[in-house]
Amino acid sequence: MSKDSAIVAHTISVLVANEPGILARVVGLFSGRGYNIESLTVAETNAKESQSRITIVTKGTPMIIEQIKAQLDRLVPVYRVRDLTVEGPHIERELALVKVKGVGEKRVEALRLADVFRAKVIDAKSDSFVFEVTGNTDKVQTFIGLMEALGLVDVVRTGIVAMSRGGEAL
Amino acid sequence: MLKPEESATTGADLLVKALIDEEVEVVFGYPGGAVLPIYDSLFKQNRLRHILVRHEQAAVHAAEGYARSTGKVGVVLVTSGTGATNAVTGLTDALMDSIPLVCLTGQVPTHLIGNDAFQEADTTGITRPCTKHNYLVKSVGDLARSVHEAFYVARSGRPGPVVIDLPKDVLMNKHEYVAPPKVAVTHKSYRPQTQPDPKKIEQAIEMIANARRPVFYAGGGVINAGPKASKLLTQLVHLTGYPITNTLMGLGAFPASDKQFLGMLGMHGTYEANLAMHGCDVMINIGARFDDRITGNLTKFSPGSKKIHVDIDPSSINKNVHVDLAIVGDAGIVLEELVKAWKAKQPKVDQKALKAWWAEIETWRSRNCLAYKPNKQVIKPQYALERLYHHIKDKDHYITTEVGQHQMWAAQFLKFEQPNRWMTSGGLGTMGYGFPAALGVQIAHPEALVIDVAGEASILMNIQELSTAAQYRLPVKIFVLNNHYMGMVRQWQELLHGGRYSESYSESLPDFVKVADAFGAKGLRCDDPAKLDDTIKEMIELKHPVIVDVIVDEKENCFPMIPSGAAHNEMLLGPDDKQSAKVSEEGMVLV
Repeated sequence: MSKDSAIVAHTISVLVANEPGILARVVGLFSGRGYNIESLTVAETNAKESQSRITIVTKGTPMIIEQIKAQLDRLVPVYRVRDLTVEGPHIERELALVKVKGVGEKRVEALRLADVFRAKVIDAKSDSFVFEVTGNTDKVQTFIGLMEALGLVDVVRTGIVAMSRGGEAL
Repeated sequence: MLKPEESATTGADLLVKALIDEEVEVVFGYPGGAVLPIYDSLFKQNRLRHILVRHEQAAVHAAEGYARSTGKVGVVLVTSGTGATNAVTGLTDALMDSIPLVCLTGQVPTHLIGNDAFQEADTTGITRPCTKHNYLVKSVGDLARSVHEAFYVARSGRPGPVVIDLPKDVLMNKHEYVAPPKVAVTHKSYRPQTQPDPKKIEQAIEMIANARRPVFYAGGGVINAGPKASKLLTQLVHLTGYPITNTLMGLGAFPASDKQFLGMLGMHGTYEANLAMHGCDVMINIGARFDDRITGNLTKFSPGSKKIHVDIDPSSINKNVHVDLAIVGDAGIVLEELVKAWKAKQPKVDQKALKAWWAEIETWRSRNCLAYKPNKQVIKPQYALERLYHHIKDKDHYITTEVGQHQMWAAQFLKFEQPNRWMTSGGLGTMGYGFPAALGVQIAHPEALVIDVAGEASILMNIQELSTAAQYRLPVKIFVLNNHYMGMVRQWQELLHGGRYSESYSESLPDFVKVADAFGAKGLRCDDPAKLDDTIKEMIELKHPVIVDVIVDEKENCFPMIPSGAAHNEMLLGPDDKQSAKVSEEGMVLV
């Protein structure tokens, strides 16, 4: 595959006006134009200015990624679009709640691994735990994988939030 | 000093006031339950003129015609639910062709939203992908501001349609008026870039000056930038001495009679325009978007050229075709800068190379690709348009079209010397567009000759508007090229589907002369080439809406044609050329 057509994941940060329908606009743009959404998170980040921040992880060829950014930027309630993947070093974090059911040695092993991954126990019953684990996608994935053998019953994930390193704002 | 409650007015009155402050003169609409308060407000004033259409789709197309022929924002008023859903085709059409519109839709009262109330539809949800932006006004306090913002969004940047959804209680509640901002609005998040980067202007001048086989390729963006942009384009093209071709949307941006004009390019463009695009070394795209009807096969599109692309919409750049120099900005402003820079620099163009390039172009031009076989028995559609043009060319005229073969022939055979004179559905290809659009044009230009070039199938899609034409005495002329087929469908079936004319015959056509008569218009018919001139003259002289049913050759095809999936240098030049280019499997999949 040539360099131009290689499909790469990009993490894109979008600052938007927090108004009704804004999420539908963004999601509709992706579905309507056939772009992929790997992960999407959104919440208000500036209540005074009524602004929300959307973090989207998407995949595509360089030409498609450029299109996605231009299309997002064209939406009337969008303030700014930044491609964190190309704009320098950035950090990504994801949070997962992981429910594990089991007794005996498996239960002890789950707790031990949770400690290794710095996952917190946020709920416990005599035969179950809910762990809260935070980190990059790789770490969260690995932890969930390990729990599978130890009685994993349920997972919920926030999707990725991301920010550039250093002192600059978006 | 008035007390607040005395200075407060209903939402509907505020709306009308806001429209007047936005210099709206005409509203195209159709009443219904949810918008009754607005119609009541309209009844009590005489500044705004309301044109009652017979279908909401036609209201939008009429507003498009009005907008495109004046450069102003077109305004539409429809009721909730079905009123809004009927407007969707028109809104999509306006979005695709970048036409500035504000469409006011009624909505059920706020407390009923989401309850599946009578004539409720999720209008903002439905219109989100087919508008530039939309608003649901939930409080009367936001109404006037939303209207002013909507007009700003519709006309600025790359223009487009904006919907304002107005719940009935919002229209009846009272509030004080908010006047439009005195200075140009700066929207908090929406800031289109109109000024080009000066460095890129310099680079462009250098690329243009060093070209040996250049071509200008200009589109609807130049028209949208106002008549001054067309003048500047003409100036730049004359300064350089380079050839220019226009897109379907750009016809009129450069005078068609000028020697440097190669005609329209694209699927049914001229031989010389398409071969110039294919063989050029520098392509200067101003306000066009490398649409698939222009490029044909992308992998074979103008393979040897450096490309400059001027567009106000950054998302148009590198969308289909990779370009070497992208200039984001308003076409008018960019052209002004280019003209200024060219005059200041007086660059030396390689005149020898340019002369050789023109010589090559002239050999292509001499193929006379629009030639057709004249016939004394049946009217050839091309002949009909040639004669039409002959009779209207010295009159103040505007042309709209429906969609299909007649549209392409009109683009080829009618010549446009000025912008804003040609209204056609380019992006969406909306059959039924031309007649209501012509009504909008005629409202804006009451004394002008307004002609809808139509096909017998397309005209039936909004024929009810004859009633509107009769009511307002709009002397629009509908010039039907009646070949008893959905001609373009038939042509594709002939060329691509083994002549199996599946469902493309116009069965059970009405008698258009009687239809005209029934609606209080005039009907004329002509099936004899010898009598065509007299019929056209009679049509022009009549001060009524007129349908002219021109019976034309059923089997005539529109050439030249770039078959689907083919490149610019693989054009079909005429019926005898049919075998030379086979349509590839990939081509068959394309539309």
